[in-house]
Amino acid sequence: MGQRSFIEVEKVSYSYPKGQGQEEAALTEVDLTIAEGEFVAVLGHNGSGKSTLAKHLNGLLLPSVGDVWIADMNTHEEENFWKIRQMVGMVFQNPDNQIVATTVEEDVAFGPENLGLKQHVIRERVDEALGIVGMSEYAKAAPHNLSGGQKQRVAIAGVIAMRPKCLVLDEPTAMLDPIGRQEVLDTVQMLNETEGITVILITHFMDEAVRAKRVVVMDEGRIVLQGPPADVFQKMELLRKLRLDVPPIVELAARLRSRLREFPGDLLTVDEMVTALCQLRSGI
Amino acid sequence: MAVFRNITIGQYVPGDSLVHRLDPRTKILVTLFLVVGLFFIDSFSGYGIAAVLIGLAIATSTISPRFIFRGLRPVIAIVILTFVLNSFMTEGDPIWQLGFLVLTKEGLFRGSMLALRLILLIVGTSVLTLTTSPIALTDGLESLLKPGKKIGVPAHELAMMMTIALRFIPTLLEEAEKIMKAQMARGADFESGNLIQRAKSLLPLLVPLFVSAFRRADELAIAMEARCYRGGEGRTKMNLLLFRPADYLILSGSGLLIIYLAWAF
Repeated sequence: MGQRSFIEVEKVSYSYPKGQGQEEAALTEVDLTIAEGEFVAVLGHNGSGKSTLAKHLNGLLLPSVGDVWIADMNTHEEENFWKIRQMVGMVFQNPDNQIVATTVEEDVAFGPENLGLKQHVIRERVDEALGIVGMSEYAKAAPHNLSGGQKQRVAIAGVIAMRPKCLVLDEPTAMLDPIGRQEVLDTVQMLNETEGITVILITHFMDEAVRAKRVVVMDEGRIVLQGPPADVFQKMELLRKLRLDVPPIVELAARLRSRLREFPGDLLTVDEMVTALCQLRSGI
Repeated sequence: MAVFRNITIGQYVPGDSLVHRLDPRTKILVTLFLVVGLFFIDSFSGYGIAAVLIGLAIATSTISPRFIFRGLRPVIAIVILTFVLNSFMTEGDPIWQLGFLVLTKEGLFRGSMLALRLILLIVGTSVLTLTTSPIALTDGLESLLKPGKKIGVPAHELAMMMTIALRFIPTLLEEAEKIMKAQMARGADFESGNLIQRAKSLLPLLVPLFVSAFRRADELAIAMEARCYRGGEGRTKMNLLLFRPADYLILSGSGLLIIYLAWAF
């Protein structure tokens, strides 16, 4: 025990049944290890297998070949299902289709209720979870009166009320406006930094991946590239070939570097760019 | 065009009266007693007493009679029809005759009795729906049906279905409006023509709505499973229903009263 990492995906292949005995490969021999407390972004174009990978992390899908281990539990074993799902919370793309109850607090209580917790424990966890995502004042509100970003924060609260160790977010911002995206990403980052929750963010927005400590790039069911964001974004040619856009700041930094030898090429954020530009100016 | 603005589900009027604060189970049971009782009462004095009791409930609920009458409006035609049919179709002492139509004394009696019964039924049950939120109603029903689990009554599943339906009504209405606008932008006409034509023009609205509802159901099921949902077994609730002294008092009091009414009148 204990020799495995928190999450271990071991030579996992998975194919969706396509009907008439046909199958379509969605994942091919994927290997991935994630340590507790990490913030990993999984990038990829539509159909790259990133959502399929996400559904393997809490046993919603089981590998056709290979194993997924969560805290030393194999997702193939049925008696581990509920422990794994409690440990690995999942937030989906469409906030409307994952809110079950007619009020915000009832929805956040849904997970803990399923765990069979005592009434006062559920109450505590619901209040705490709503506090963490900053939605306490909407506890009694009806979900359909909230904005997209707020709904998604409620969905996140519903997951963290189950006290998971890991949060898997499957394109949580795809349907949100820029303000909503910012809200959700800030919440996720805060959960990782202050609550120590492992975060796996599935996205096709490159600028969201910048927040992660490690970026995993997928294409056609395989992991093609991984590493810290600064390293991954250097491989601009490859990313373009995979139909992924490089974040504008990274692109700008690369162009500046092609003219100015001394300009640092591994910039990710606007702040870093500003600092670099100021240094450049004072250097001249 | 805001077709579905400000929709309210059910007819719940929020409030803080004694009736509002009663446990939903109490209200459901009392309403049930009332409905059964009304079918047993067979005299005007009995109905009179029942009407006074219902009136008392309405008065304590502080609900404006306007809402009650609004609930009656759609059924008034049925009430009148019942009255007229019974008045003319019952055999007995003729009072008045028009061609082959004979108004009888017995008919008049039966007709007004049935009309009264209908009105009291509707007013009585609307006190329940006006003072109880749909969520509370669902919780109450689930809790009341729970003992039936042993004989195969799917109490939790029914309640879950109701909750999800309530949750998705506004979402689907919003979506219907969106689809409607998208189709109107491409020249669809939902407002002119006769009834059949208008019903036909709704078809292109319903098909995408259904498709999307199925997709939503699929996603919701996965999301529920990811949140450890595995049916009612071993599930607890955050908001427990609580029977207070007032509930016991009203439940037993009205129960006895209605039994007495049904038996004596």
